[in-house]
Amino acid sequence: MAACIEARGLRRSFGSTVALDGLDLRVEEGRILGLIGPNGAGKSTALNAILGLTRYEGDLRVLGLDPWTQRDQLMRDVAFIADVAVLPRWIRVAQLLDYVGGVHPRFDRAKAEGFLAKTTIQRTSRVRELSKGMVTQLHLAIVMAIDAKLLVLDEPTLGLDLLYRKQFYDTLLNDYFDRSRTILVTTHQVEEIQDVLTDFLFIDRGRIVLDCSMEEFESRYAEVMVGPDRVEAARQLQPMRERKVFGRSLFLFDRVNRERLAAIGEVRTPSIADLFVAVLGGAS
Amino acid sequence: MSDFLRETSASAPLTNARPIFWSIKRELWENRSLYLAPLAIAAITLFVYGLSTFSLAPRLREAELARSQSIVMPFSAIAAFLLISSFLIAAYYCVDALNGERRDRSLLFWKSLPISDREAVLSKAAIPFVVQPAIVFLIALLTQLNMFAVSIAVLASHGISPARLTARVPLAQMTVIMAYGLTAHVLWLAPIYGWLLMVSAWARRAALLWAVLPWLVAMALERILFSTTFLGDFVKYRLTGAMSEAFVPMGNEDAILRVSELAPLKFLSSAGLWIGLVLAAVFLAAAVRLRRNREPM
Repeated sequence: MAACIEARGLRRSFGSTVALDGLDLRVEEGRILGLIGPNGAGKSTALNAILGLTRYEGDLRVLGLDPWTQRDQLMRDVAFIADVAVLPRWIRVAQLLDYVGGVHPRFDRAKAEGFLAKTTIQRTSRVRELSKGMVTQLHLAIVMAIDAKLLVLDEPTLGLDLLYRKQFYDTLLNDYFDRSRTILVTTHQVEEIQDVLTDFLFIDRGRIVLDCSMEEFESRYAEVMVGPDRVEAARQLQPMRERKVFGRSLFLFDRVNRERLAAIGEVRTPSIADLFVAVLGGAS
Repeated sequence: MSDFLRETSASAPLTNARPIFWSIKRELWENRSLYLAPLAIAAITLFVYGLSTFSLAPRLREAELARSQSIVMPFSAIAAFLLISSFLIAAYYCVDALNGERRDRSLLFWKSLPISDREAVLSKAAIPFVVQPAIVFLIALLTQLNMFAVSIAVLASHGISPARLTARVPLAQMTVIMAYGLTAHVLWLAPIYGWLLMVSAWARRAALLWAVLPWLVAMALERILFSTTFLGDFVKYRLTGAMSEAFVPMGNEDAILRVSELAPLKFLSSAGLWIGLVLAAVFLAAAVRLRRNREPM
């Protein structure tokens, strides 16, 4: 089966700064993939390359197309929210729906109206008159009414309050995602999307440093809370990382037998954020 | 061969007209001054002209005796004034057309839709080249018709036959002249619109300064260093040349009122026209490339 996104040796530099340093990536259809990395790791450049917004060296195919030369064709099957504040501020909600309906062959206006009916957004309002949360709801309503194969979200909940952030992912999962669509999301709020993802990637200095499915993550990594008397025993098992919380020690293990871990303390699934710190915190 | 034709017609996207149509509509939503400004000018003119009609009957008799053009002057002046202001409005639009969308980052939204950079730039170029001239032509024509109707009504109240006004105001000929003059000017000014659109796509900020300042500096330097004014003459020719290239003024009136004063063949054989059109195409192609390459600010 052809991959939704396939990149090999993707490179891009801005002057002397290398944003993408030979990035390899393969995203299968029907996944919800989180792209996680520190600032300046190359996340946005990678997304921009996938969306045909920036040029690159190397091989890149998105839904079988070359994003840089075939962006307009690609955008029939790809939807993206680049960040919360990109809807034109002067436009009226009704005009926006008219326009997208006029130019996008896969836009279902009735569906968008349906999503908007659940909000307090007025058709006659201009975008500039809406709150940040409402603008996000509006953008999400439009994007979800587009029958796309790939949805790309770049920091979609940046600057939103807790309620909207929670609602954003709930709506996305319940009303939009089905197994035939692929979603690619970047965010700094890793804990927010941990339950949503099927896969995640750590990116650092323009390269993928970890590529992991959630099943693999849950079976492979374990966090153990250990009392002071078992600390030495825990260290013998070569943890990835050790930290102290309220006088107790927390160890993160990679591929260590669960029974052996259970013998030294309380075992649980770590958060992606903890793994991120363990993988990237040590490197830098 | 027939197979080939069938295949291309099947795969040829018939929907291409729709993105352009909606993109142009979108430009009009965003830039309402494109039609509101000429409408305001027309409304003010109509009002002032309406006030002036109280003395129309005596002035008509005077003009008939003196064989002067004073009666037609307001008609011709409103057309000229609307046309000139439309060039300014269009130029102002061009400077911001590809800059504003990067400044407010809405470019990221426009680029998330299945519209190519070429379609986007062409639909923006359609505003100064087609849409705005058409709007201004209609507004100017309607204004003239209104002025004409008001004049006839006022004269009729004095018992003066409308034929005497028609003899002084050749409205049909003036409409042809206006359409021709507008077309000639748009074609002649094409490289200027192209240049402004290109700079708009290129400049990070202060697009207007980047569009104008280099020319002013170069003109000043030429004057200081070589004591010549080639560049200044060139710019002036490009701004005003359509009048000398597309018309053959006869008589010494201020306005062009006769179709015989039009010189389409002379205009079409002018090298300046074709060089300008080629430059406009080059600038637009550059604007398409720039829009593709530039990231939002």
